[in-house]
Amino acid sequence: MIEFKNVTKVYESGNKKVTAVNDINFQVEQGEICVFLGPSGCGKTTLLRMVNRLIPITSGGIEVEGKDIHSMDMIKLRRSIGYVIQHNGLFPNMTIEENINVVPKMLGWDQSKMKKRFVDLMDMMGLDAGQFQKRYPYELSGGQQQRIGIARALAADPPVMLMDEPFGALDPVIRDHLQNEFLKIQREMKKTILFVSHDIDEAIKLGDKIAIFDTGKLMQIGTPDEILSTPKNDFVRDFVGDDRTLKRLTLLNVRDLMVLIDGFKKNRLNHDWHGPVISINENLKSALAVLLTAPNGEACVVDDHHRKIGVLHVSDFSLLTEVHPKDISIVR
Amino acid sequence: MLEIIDFVSNNWSEMLGMTLEHIQLVGLAVGIAIFTGVPFGIYISQRESLAELVLAVAGIIMTIPSIALFGIMIPIFSLINQGIGFLPAIVALILYSQLPIIRNTYIAIKNVDPNVRDAAIGMGMTTFQRLVKVELPLAAPVIMAGVRMAIVLTIGIGAIAAYIGAGGLGGYIARGISTSYAVMIQTGAIAVSILAISVDLLLGRLQKKLSRKSARA
Repeated sequence: MIEFKNVTKVYESGNKKVTAVNDINFQVEQGEICVFLGPSGCGKTTLLRMVNRLIPITSGGIEVEGKDIHSMDMIKLRRSIGYVIQHNGLFPNMTIEENINVVPKMLGWDQSKMKKRFVDLMDMMGLDAGQFQKRYPYELSGGQQQRIGIARALAADPPVMLMDEPFGALDPVIRDHLQNEFLKIQREMKKTILFVSHDIDEAIKLGDKIAIFDTGKLMQIGTPDEILSTPKNDFVRDFVGDDRTLKRLTLLNVRDLMVLIDGFKKNRLNHDWHGPVISINENLKSALAVLLTAPNGEACVVDDHHRKIGVLHVSDFSLLTEVHPKDISIVR
Repeated sequence: MLEIIDFVSNNWSEMLGMTLEHIQLVGLAVGIAIFTGVPFGIYISQRESLAELVLAVAGIIMTIPSIALFGIMIPIFSLINQGIGFLPAIVALILYSQLPIIRNTYIAIKNVDPNVRDAAIGMGMTTFQRLVKVELPLAAPVIMAGVRMAIVLTIGIGAIAAYIGAGGLGGYIARGISTSYAVMIQTGAIAVSILAISVDLLLGRLQKKLSRKSARA
């Protein structure tokens, strides 16, 4: 758990004072991803970098795992927190294996333990340990380098991770792919993660919670659904965009909508269906796109084994009015 | 030309001795200069406020004409009865080597990718670990370029040190001038040039090897 208590950062240059972070209060629960979202200069990166004391706090305090970060030795604190940055920051003079083992080595792990950890992490990242072990960072693609950056931060198994736009410099296809892999890994790891982003879609996709900042102030914090359905003020409303209702559809999938349709299975199923098909796991935004271009606004839903299980109509979306993801999970 | 070859074949064992003396003089001076200049360069890269002053002083020392610096050394070292000879020459050469070594060390460490430095600090490296494991290996090729510059520079200046009795290949030039023996002057000059060029080529190779090892991201 990470707790921010009246955290303030004031930069002084000459007699001018600039408040970069203004009296921030909130907490991030164990195992949650909290995305810090906002335009550049909103203080999100400053706040992140205060957690591992790369930037000193002017007033207030931060607690990590119940301990005030200022009561801890600075070097020990940093070694207990995973840190990933946008331009990966891999050490060009070290091999991939050496890069990943930096923190374990500083913590004095023995060789065999480091070796095993390296192989496990490479497995987790979907990279071949033997192939990459002796190679240098410049020999890897941008996506591979970023994966190594994440693996390196995970090496000593820290309970908390700080990630500063880790996918920001990647092309959209690779970024999407890495985001999915990252979520899969996180489902098993259950780390407490602070994640800086300026991309609302990334925040919705990855965040258990989203904290939106503007000019050093916390505008709103909540689940992606809360942010999208009930923006607290004009700034948040503008920032999430006019299509926030559409974006909310990405939070639910076809399976969720089916729960709301009475007698879906018996409904309208015709076995020699030749029209468009939608997977039961598709998110509702993509499903809507299919339905809008389908003849009669209808498409057949298929399950994980490609079995046809029913027909979805574009008008079914009206059932979603005033429905939130948390309500669905209760029904299910 | 033939006279020079003649001179060399008649005096080769003496020349070899002088060349070794020259190498010894330069090697010792630059060796000490590395031990003082590199740490100094590292130190000022961490203390920005000092950097300008130190680089300015090193720059001023380098602009003092070598013959004048040797002249200054004589009265100072006379105080400990070492007015002429090896010691004042070494000290002068160390002073000349400081600027390229300090400046290149400073620039090389300053130029380490700020993302790499940020990652090193954020992961919990101490300042010492960051220097030894990350910054110095990455700075090595540029520091090496400074050392190379210092060596070539002191091979040239070292020739003049013969005037204060430090020995080396400059001896032929000094003796040749005072006895109006042109072949001796030419032989000394060519020998110093060949030494400087071949050492430069050798160190160039070494520098390339270093850069390859720390290939950039």
